[in-house]
Amino acid sequence: MRVALFVTCVNDTLYPRTGQAVVTLLERLGVEVDFPAAQSCCGQPQYNTGYRHESEPLLRHYAEVFAGYDHIVTPSGSCVAMVRDNYPRLGARARAEGRGSALAEAAANVVPRTYELTEFLVDVLGVTDVGAYYPHTVTYHPTCHGLRMLGLGDRPLALLRQVRGLKLVELAGADECCGFGGTFAVKNAAVSTAMGADKARAIEATGADVVCTVDNSCQTHIGGTLSRRGSAVRPVHLAEILASTEGRVL
Amino acid sequence: MPTPPGAAPAFPDAAERSTRDTTLRNNLRRATHTIRAKRAAAVAELADWGELRAAGAAIKDHTLRHLDHYLEQVEAAVTAAGGQVHWAVDAAEANAIVTRLVRETGEREVVKVKSMATQEIGLNEALAAAGITAYETDLAELIVQLGHDLPSHILVPAIHRNRAEIRDIFRTQMGRWGRPAPAGLTDEPAELAEAARLHLREKFLSAKVAVSGANFIVAETGTLVVVESEGNGRMCLTLPETLISVVGIEKVIPSWRDLEVFLQLLPRSSTAERMNPYTSMWTGTTDGDGPAAFHLVLLDNGRTDALADQVGRQALRCIRCSACLNVCPVYERAGGHAYGSAYPGPIGAILTPQLRGTVSALDASLPYASSLCGACYEVCPVAIDIPEVLVRLRERVVEGGPVTVRGTRAVIRPARGHAAERAAMRAARWAFEHPRALRAGQRLASRTRALHPRHLPGPGRAWTRGRDLPEVPAESFRDWWQRTRGERGTA
Repeated sequence: MRVALFVTCVNDTLYPRTGQAVVTLLERLGVEVDFPAAQSCCGQPQYNTGYRHESEPLLRHYAEVFAGYDHIVTPSGSCVAMVRDNYPRLGARARAEGRGSALAEAAANVVPRTYELTEFLVDVLGVTDVGAYYPHTVTYHPTCHGLRMLGLGDRPLALLRQVRGLKLVELAGADECCGFGGTFAVKNAAVSTAMGADKARAIEATGADVVCTVDNSCQTHIGGTLSRRGSAVRPVHLAEILASTEGRVL
Repeated sequence: MPTPPGAAPAFPDAAERSTRDTTLRNNLRRATHTIRAKRAAAVAELADWGELRAAGAAIKDHTLRHLDHYLEQVEAAVTAAGGQVHWAVDAAEANAIVTRLVRETGEREVVKVKSMATQEIGLNEALAAAGITAYETDLAELIVQLGHDLPSHILVPAIHRNRAEIRDIFRTQMGRWGRPAPAGLTDEPAELAEAARLHLREKFLSAKVAVSGANFIVAETGTLVVVESEGNGRMCLTLPETLISVVGIEKVIPSWRDLEVFLQLLPRSSTAERMNPYTSMWTGTTDGDGPAAFHLVLLDNGRTDALADQVGRQALRCIRCSACLNVCPVYERAGGHAYGSAYPGPIGAILTPQLRGTVSALDASLPYASSLCGACYEVCPVAIDIPEVLVRLRERVVEGGPVTVRGTRAVIRPARGHAAERAAMRAARWAFEHPRALRAGQRLASRTRALHPRHLPGPGRAWTRGRDLPEVPAESFRDWWQRTRGERGTA
């Protein structure tokens, strides 16, 4: 099994610990991980802001970089949603506009091989107990793309429930958006900030000391909001929790 | 008079003001969360909701694909049943037709059934300009009209008002429009409803002309359908001598069998009821029963242009249930007025720029009034993929491209004001296609991280006004990988 890590541009640049945790975790589970260095971005920021023609080359690039792998694993629900939902749309539109079927073929090639981390763990490896230890009270925010576009469902919670030392507490209004939404956070800053404040209050009300997500972009928004409020709650990516052990809590 | 879209503020500016209104925020939060929970329970009662939803979408898609056929069928059936059909290409034409029809009756007053189509075209204002007074008879529309306000929700137009505000409006305004509010009116819901009932009864009993919309038109018999909760609509549809119905051309469904699907989808999605209390249906005219004259004004007003867009046309499936408003986190904070249209919330953000175009600052900002969280798509009873259409419309704003305007293909240019963003997107794409450049940029950011400001200049300022930026780490992932693993795996 050749597994490639798609670390995502946000994780690569701002959250290297998340990528390192994925590598630690997968290797602990006996998976050999490659990191194709030519990888970059899935193109979601461009696509979702309306720059379809800027996102097409990044689809081609993604397909080229990950051509030789059985599985492409990424710790970002929203980037997988870009691949799974929007790559086929990009391909179909290019074909409809008479620009050939290369883009559609590239999309068809990568879509079935791209997995969000918890999908890979639960569906491909068939594990929920990954041997983790994490002595914290944790609440889980299911990010919108993971929740609705990927339908991750119970997978992240099933993984968290098996972590020793971890106390899982429920988040009220968990399925409500934190207000990030990519460029939405800049273009509609007032509404985005108001959404973030409500999410932060709900997180603080759980009494957790850690809020867990499967998306570093949402984590940036939640973390930035909590930080501005002087909150003690830390945002942590699920991979870092799952990679933690008695010897080394990340 | 609604503000013309050209003069209305762009969505972010309007929303910035409304998010600061804590009363509005509280009113909206309480109302949307209550109805959201009720709707979820009502939908969960039906084991076949998924199939119903798919059927609703399929019936609408089929009808839209053969719209010319079904509209001609409607015209023939309505005419055969003693009604008259009028075709209106836009708001001005529809308003002119209705104004003429009212004038021909010699009346100066009309009663109205709650109708989105007539709000869309600004009918009340057009009638007022012609010296005709239109009285809204839906309770929430009455509150909005008496308060010299605009509706802010499709189903609950006065959702932004609380009981105390409504009492004050009734006390000060009812007397100016007809029967005044009873002395000593409190904010008890039963008292408020009774005051409205007494006020409206006088209108129903004196009105000779009524104006309505319709939720559906059944093509096979030319029958119009209105679903409602209060019964006010039925009063308007049966008591007056003349009935004028203004209906969007997308409201047609082929047969009575199709109606069965929508009478399950609509009430559960909108009011969380298994069935709405009043379902009124009317077909042409009947001697000695109901209005003696019936006019159907079929309204295009941008609908055939929307139909020409392969992605955007799904917005025409909308049955105006407002479920998307009630789950939308953006609507909940911004309120309906910020959308500057009769159609607020997620559906408004995709419908309005298709009906009106993306020329004004407001209309060009609407496709961005969403975090693309997808909650609207999840609850939509006819499965409109609102996020997909939002992205499609964003593309139209920033990249321009072919559109249909008044039935003619045209190529629109990108909207102004996106030049810096476009340059940034191009630069980012270039860097992402050239990983060495990306890496150089990451290293530069890491090395200069002690110098990074806590508050960004330029467009980033909006971010740092309310949130802290994450710190750039000392080492990117790819540098860590290379340092610890060498070049292994660098395919």
